[in-house]
Amino acid sequence: MERRYLLGNEAIAHACLESPVDFICGYPGTPSSEVVDILRMQPERNFYIEWSVNEKVALENALGAAWCGIRALCTMKHVGLNVAADPLMTSSYTGVTGGLVIMSADDPFAHSSQNEQDSRMYAKFAKVPCFDPGSIQEAHDMVRDAFLFSEDIGLPVLFRPTTRICHSKGDVTLGDLRVSGRTGQFNRDPAQYVVIPAHTRVLHKKLNGKQASIKERLVELGYNKAEVRGRDAVIASGIAVSYVSEIIPHSTSFAKIGAYPIDEAWLKEFVSRHERVLVIEELSPFVEEEVLQVAGTIPVFGKKSGNAPYEGELSPAAVGRIMKSAGFATNYDFPVANYPPDAPPRPPILCAGCMHRAAFYAIKKVFREGIFPSDIGCYTLGLQLGGVDTTICMGASITVASGIAHSGEKRDVVCTIGDSTFLHTGIQGLMNAVYSNAAITVVILDNRITAMTGHQPNPSTGITACGVPVPPVSLEAICRSCGVLYVETVDPYNLTLMVNALKEAKARPGVKVVIARHPCVISARRAGISRRPYDVDSEKCTACGTCVRFGCPAIEMGGEKAVITDGCSGCSLCAQICPSGAITPGVRK
Amino acid sequence: MKESYDILVVGIGGQGTILASNILGEACMIENRPVKGAETHGMAQRGGSVESHIRIDGRFGPLIAPGTADIIIAFDMLEAFRYSYYLRPGGKIITNRRLVVPTSVFMQGLPVPTDREILGRLSGYELCVIDAEGLAKEAGSLLTQNIVMMGAASQFIPLKTESLVQSVSRLVPPKTLEANLKAFELGRVAGSSC
Repeated sequence: MERRYLLGNEAIAHACLESPVDFICGYPGTPSSEVVDILRMQPERNFYIEWSVNEKVALENALGAAWCGIRALCTMKHVGLNVAADPLMTSSYTGVTGGLVIMSADDPFAHSSQNEQDSRMYAKFAKVPCFDPGSIQEAHDMVRDAFLFSEDIGLPVLFRPTTRICHSKGDVTLGDLRVSGRTGQFNRDPAQYVVIPAHTRVLHKKLNGKQASIKERLVELGYNKAEVRGRDAVIASGIAVSYVSEIIPHSTSFAKIGAYPIDEAWLKEFVSRHERVLVIEELSPFVEEEVLQVAGTIPVFGKKSGNAPYEGELSPAAVGRIMKSAGFATNYDFPVANYPPDAPPRPPILCAGCMHRAAFYAIKKVFREGIFPSDIGCYTLGLQLGGVDTTICMGASITVASGIAHSGEKRDVVCTIGDSTFLHTGIQGLMNAVYSNAAITVVILDNRITAMTGHQPNPSTGITACGVPVPPVSLEAICRSCGVLYVETVDPYNLTLMVNALKEAKARPGVKVVIARHPCVISARRAGISRRPYDVDSEKCTACGTCVRFGCPAIEMGGEKAVITDGCSGCSLCAQICPSGAITPGVRK
Repeated sequence: MKESYDILVVGIGGQGTILASNILGEACMIENRPVKGAETHGMAQRGGSVESHIRIDGRFGPLIAPGTADIIIAFDMLEAFRYSYYLRPGGKIITNRRLVVPTSVFMQGLPVPTDREILGRLSGYELCVIDAEGLAKEAGSLLTQNIVMMGAASQFIPLKTESLVQSVSRLVPPKTLEANLKAFELGRVAGSSC
């Protein structure tokens, strides 16, 4: 047994190799992406692996594989599970023969997400078991056990780590790698796999019949465990278990919840031995509601009593405050310390040389009064450039734009969407916009990669997850086949061409598509492309501020004049927009 | 009573805070000590403010509570100021003397923070200011600034110098090993005069 310092997602990936897993797929999304990235980079792969085009596609792929008796892993972030909810809800009816683990990584505090939804609700909704790790070691062990458990009960298992599991690090004890030798084989069984009404009614009853034994089996597995030590009890789940462990006195009872559904009899027995119970968990009062159902007259503290927050993430200090406010003892008092209010913020920003900045600049120039629905990706940071008016979920730029255009709103509607997001769920919206004759301009920001989540390839990149060359999808052909008459591809580094393409789009009726194509500046740098950086001629600079407002992190005001720092990637955009021609190519470093 | 020695490494996305935290974690493995940590990934990394928590001998969660960090290692002086509230009374801040002004400050025309002003705001702390850029240049590569900072901090962190050096050797790309080892040593010397 080996002990290593690993990222949570690395430990999860390693557990998959120990299991071992046969089929891996997913769609990138923070904080889940590294699991597939690590597995696809393995020097030896005795499994099939793909980055799918979206989560629904991924889960259906994984389900097909698991129906053939092999072990499958499907990863996504919490909001990806919304996209995959359709197959999820019925996959519990059909069940699986090979182990199927669906990893849906939650993001309390929305570090890198559009909401703070709680995936545990989906497990309850779909009536599948859910594992909720409290530490990296537990995450590792749970994934290994989850495949076996899935096979034992014949159901998919939802694995729900959170950001502070996925992106935390720690010493982890690992098991040995194994090779499965399994080969998929589909056994025809229409009563199981064809969910016509006559079959599905029977399957639903079967699924409900499994629930009681699942609860008991989860207690036996040991992921829900309790120690009675006093009259007060704390019940915690997920990462909150780690935070509570740090400060709970030995005289307070402690129940750790790591798996759902919780066995009510077990929970009731524990709760009934106490005078007061405090439930500490992130996001929804999921455990708390279970506790309330069995507590009878025993007071239960938590979110519903106003002691714990419904939103955001917990921390050791937050857990300390919750325990204190509920009148529970702690063995450590955290000091009160506050963020300096006058520290200038340093929000994330588009890279120097990012093609998105150039595209937004051109859009704003041509459509001064425009309305700008946008989407999910690095380019959401175009908010800082005034180029993003709405973002709701993957693929919703084109659809929201159509809705606004059909609402009677008179201004031009120009939406932006990345290549990967367009292929994820943007195409249906484009087809619908053409079909319903919306008057919108769609700018596809095509940097040939899924950049924000760590540069995963997608069908426009031209390579598979394992680096095998494949024909890249043609965004132009897709748009034309949806019925778009004006489809123009330009390099946004050439501002004049970009502006002209947008002007042309503005003058035409219906749905127009401008594909702004330039490789992501980070992938270009990694591929060895370097451009000569630019310099400001301080004699010519009038300090007008045009380049500074452009928002490039390589441009600063050095006293009275603008200066270009060593972060310059040589995209030339600032030189193109400088009204006094003060910016020119400098010395190659 | 806190059992772990808690280190906060802060900087700007892209400055190498994750490698720095990996070096500390790996050194703990070399010394067979438990360790926990947390870091920033995803969108927040794109040139934004980033933080890595490392808890040497940590057995519980990965997060350090504000007001309890034993040491802050800052790759940028403004970030040292931003996260200074994490420091425990009597704790130490090791900071790079460089201050990168956030682009949003220029874009929004906010007052531009100066080195002197930020140094003044940090004067209440036990402070060790390192010229990481100069020392990295001396080591042969500007990319070794994070290792210079680790070298300086190694004077105060309860890990053996040999473990940290071994950890650096394991984690940096082989081609850059010589420069990184030199950077660590130069940082260590600079840290000794704090």
